[in-house]
Parts: sequence; structure tokens; C-alpha cells
Amino acid sequence: MPVEIDIEHVARLARLELTDEEKERLRAQLGLILEHAAKVGEVAAEDVPPTAYAIRRSNVYRPDERTPSLPLEDVLANAPEVEDDRFKVPRIVEVE
Amino acid sequence: MTALCDRTATELAAALRSGGTSCVEILEACVARIGAVEDRVAAFLARTEDLARAQAAEADRRIAAGGAPAVAGIPLALKDVLSTRGVTTTCGSRILETYVPPYDCTAWARLSAEGSVLLGKTNCDEFAMGSSNENSAYGPVRNPWDLSRVPGGSSGGSAAAVAAGEAVWALGTDTGGSVRQPAALCGVVGLKPTYGLISRYGLIAFASSLDTVGTFTRSVRDAAVLLSCIAGKDPMDATSLDVPRRDHTEGIGDGIAGLRVGVVTEAFGEGVEPDVRSSVRAAIDRMADLGASVGEVSLPHTDYALSAYYLIAPSEASSNLARYDGVRYGLRIDGDDSVEMMMRTRGAGFGAEVKRRIMLGTYALSAGYYEAYYGQAQKVRTLIIRDYEAAFERFDLLVSPTSPTTAFPIGARVDDPLAMYLSDVFTIPANLSGMPAISIPCGLDEQGLPVGVQLTAPVLEESRLLRAGFALEQAIGFDARPPLLAELPA
Repeated sequence: MPVEIDIEHVARLARLELTDEEKERLRAQLGLILEHAAKVGEVAAEDVPPTAYAIRRSNVYRPDERTPSLPLEDVLANAPEVEDDRFKVPRIVEVE
Repeated sequence: MTALCDRTATELAAALRSGGTSCVEILEACVARIGAVEDRVAAFLARTEDLARAQAAEADRRIAAGGAPAVAGIPLALKDVLSTRGVTTTCGSRILETYVPPYDCTAWARLSAEGSVLLGKTNCDEFAMGSSNENSAYGPVRNPWDLSRVPGGSSGGSAAAVAAGEAVWALGTDTGGSVRQPAALCGVVGLKPTYGLISRYGLIAFASSLDTVGTFTRSVRDAAVLLSCIAGKDPMDATSLDVPRRDHTEGIGDGIAGLRVGVVTEAFGEGVEPDVRSSVRAAIDRMADLGASVGEVSLPHTDYALSAYYLIAPSEASSNLARYDGVRYGLRIDGDDSVEMMMRTRGAGFGAEVKRRIMLGTYALSAGYYEAYYGQAQKVRTLIIRDYEAAFERFDLLVSPTSPTTAFPIGARVDDPLAMYLSDVFTIPANLSGMPAISIPCGLDEQGLPVGVQLTAPVLEESRLLRAGFALEQAIGFDARPPLLAELPA
């Protein structure tokens, strides 16, 4: 059975604006893909440990030394909007 | 006589040192070829010929002075997900249409330091998500063997550029087969090394636990040369492996007598085209002729690898692509508040496949579903690795087709994501397990399209993989060329 998905909720979580047509298409396609993907549940037994990285590594540390960072103007060069050496964004908090 | 742009890097490096040619001359041969075929192949998104001319002239001086590295002066193309300082890097996406990286990826930084010559950035599926190059926001790449067909993906532009003689070699990235599958479909050699052998720094992330830089070359030896330059620990990538840098061409000609080769049973089942099957079987016979002992081996969880991959990769992608929020780089579509701005920006900037995977990954990671999907997929990843570990107790090397089919027509699978995902069924396990694998051209099907044979070795056994690949390549003697090239004026 194709999986039923709350597309509006997932799109909101993903911060993705979708047209009605996109929502319809994704609802159908994701349902089928997830039905196929759910096969993983057939073999993933309790006692099988999960793998996040194929080549296991413990924490990797670097020496605690200061190294130069990118120049500020290079970092800001690609930003859509900049003000006073900062990234400028639309209003985030409501002011009374 | 073979045009300079159609030769191997190894041949060119020798000719450069014997005074038979110059880096500038080789570059101009590539530029002329690009001029002759690029309007039909469409491999490049950006070309850097002025930069290349300066690099080639400098490489000529270095070679004249003596002691220049093997990669010096050999023209290279880079997939457009690899960051290049000062050169627009779009990832095949509208959302990064104007993005100019402030730094180089480590792979290119190393090549550049050794005198490499950059021809340009190659087209690819958007954010490397796809198997046909049809997901690029900038139009499809065409397969030089048949312009009505796909070159494979996601590194389709890099594969096509090398096949068409536009570049001598190229870099791509391989997350689920994106180097090996297009290499197979375009009749060139594609190498995906062990996860972590090449730094991912500056490789714009798709799925961080699977992403690997890989090479496109005209010979296995060239792959070894290119790998030797770019492999090695990088403090900028904590997952890069701390292994000593070495010359991977060493011992490449030692042959494969006595090597135990396992033929993957599951890779010859239904869905594999008859011509692919017979061509790969013939390659396996060659290995036996060379003294390898050939046996059958089963990887029982093969069927589940695709399902696990299409949960793990989109999950990681949904997290990685959260950075495209209209704030620090790329497209911004204004909105009344930050959330509206982000939603509009991402809705307008991403294409259909990227949206599909972001949605899939977001769902698989969301509260209530995480265990059933992402958690289970990670367990299957363990089972896949165990299959391979068991197989490598009995065998030194595994062999299968690279792709179940040869190049398919443009448009044939765009409306059926599951059919498209099946293109990667034999390449995905090496990404899930981190193991090195290589695709080598082994013949043509009835329609004159190239077939690739894939060899897989245990983690960090690149030398074994390249030695076997080299022996097999010599035995096969694949020397067919895309018909497109025969039509060109001499």
C-alpha cells in the first residue's frame, strides 16, 4: 500500500513552498517511493546495530591553535543583502 | 594520428617530456574540440579558457625546468559541485546561479598546485541528485555515443567531456554511482575511491556519509595518476583518512594471476540487459584467462541496498540543503518575514528532483517516522557491509555490471523516479560500505552503446583494484570511439 503523507506538514518542516500541482504529484510519488523503501523493515532486526559512517572514526581533534579565517568581504560577497558588515534578513521577531 | 585531445594523460605527459608537444598545444586541441562538438554535447556550464591559457603557459615553463608533476599541463574539467575560487559554481541549480566560491575545494587546490589546467565546470544533475543529468536546471547533457541519449548521472558532463575529447580527464563526485554509472554509459574509466581517501572540503554536500570525489579518465593508469595527486589527509575534512600519500601507479602492471575474483550472483538477474550481461561475462572470462580464479558469490541483502540508500541519502540531503535559506549566498525571493522568505526562495530555487528528495528526507527524519525509516535504513547499511565483509573473506575482488542498462533515451525515465533510481542498483553498495570501485569499458551493445564492468575491492585496497583494472583493460583492448568523432574533419 502506498504510504499516506501529510504533505503540507512536511513541506512546512522543510521550509519549502510548493504549488498545488507539486503537492499532488509529490503525495503520489513519495507514497510509492516510501512503500518501496519500507522494505528495509523486513530485515533490520533488533540486534543489528545502525551504521552512520561506513568507515568508523572516533572524534577527530585538531590542535587548539588559531588559524586565519576567510576575509569578511569574501564571506559577504555572495550574500543577497548586506548591511554594516552583516547578513541582512527580513523581520524575525514581532515588535509591539 | 590520434588528436592530442583524444590521448591519455600518460601518453601526453611522456610527449611533453620528450619535447613532442607543449601544454599550450594540448590545451588548444581541447579548445578546438570543444568548439567542434560542444553545441551538440553540452557538457560544460562554464568555460575558463583564459585562465587555462595562463596555466598551460606556466606548465610549459615548469616542464622545461624539469621535475614537473605528472598532472602538469594536462587539461581537466571539474564537475560543478566542486568549489573553485573565483569561478561560478552552480551545482546545476538555480539557487546557486550566481554563487562564486571564496575558496577552492581541496582536490582542485592540489591539482592546481601541481600545474593542472582547468578547462571549465561541467554540467550535472542538480546537487548531484540524479542518474541521467536531466535534473540540471541548465538543460541536459547529451551522450557523445548517441546524442538522443543521456550520458548518465549525476556527473554526466564530466563523463561526456572526456568521452568526446573535450577534456583529457575530469573529476566528478559519486554518492550512489554518480561517477561509475556515467563512465559506463559514456565508455570511459570511472573510479570511486574509498570513502575519505580524497578530501570532501569544497565538495558542495549532498549526502555527507556517502559523498566521494572520483575520476574520469581514458585509462586505468590515468586514474591512478590523478588519484595519486588528490588523495590524502586534509585537516579541513575530519572524515578524510590518515593514510600516507602514495604513487598509485606503482605495481599497476603486476597482473592478476592467482587473484580470487567473485562474480556477484545478484547482479545478473532480471532487469539486466542481455548485451550488458554477455559483455560483462566476456570480461570475466578474460580475467580467468589472465590467471584469476573466478567463483560465484552471493550478497543476499542487495535487494535492500536501494531502499536503504533512498532513505539515507535524502535524509542527509534534507539536512545539508537546509543551508540554502536566502541569507548567506544564492537566490533570495523576498517575503514578509524570514520563514516566508525562506519558503519562497527554496520553492523557486530548487528543481523537482531536489524537492522530492528534501521532502522524502524530511519525512524520513520527522518525529514518529525516524525509527521506521532512517533508523531501519542504517541497520540495513550494517547488513550490506557484513555481506561484503563475508564476500571478501573468500575473494580479493568482486565483479558485476556497473549499470543494468546502457544509455537510455533522454526523457525515457523522467516521469518514473523508481525506474530512474534502479540505474544505481549495482553502484550504491560501494557507497553504503565505503569500498573503492571502478568502472571499465568492456564492449558495445547491439546499438553501439558502451557497456561498463565494475570491480569492487575492500576498503583502502585501491592498489589491488587498479592493478586488476589495468590488467583487464589491457586484455579487453577497448578502442571504440563515439561516432560523433569520426565525422569531425581531421
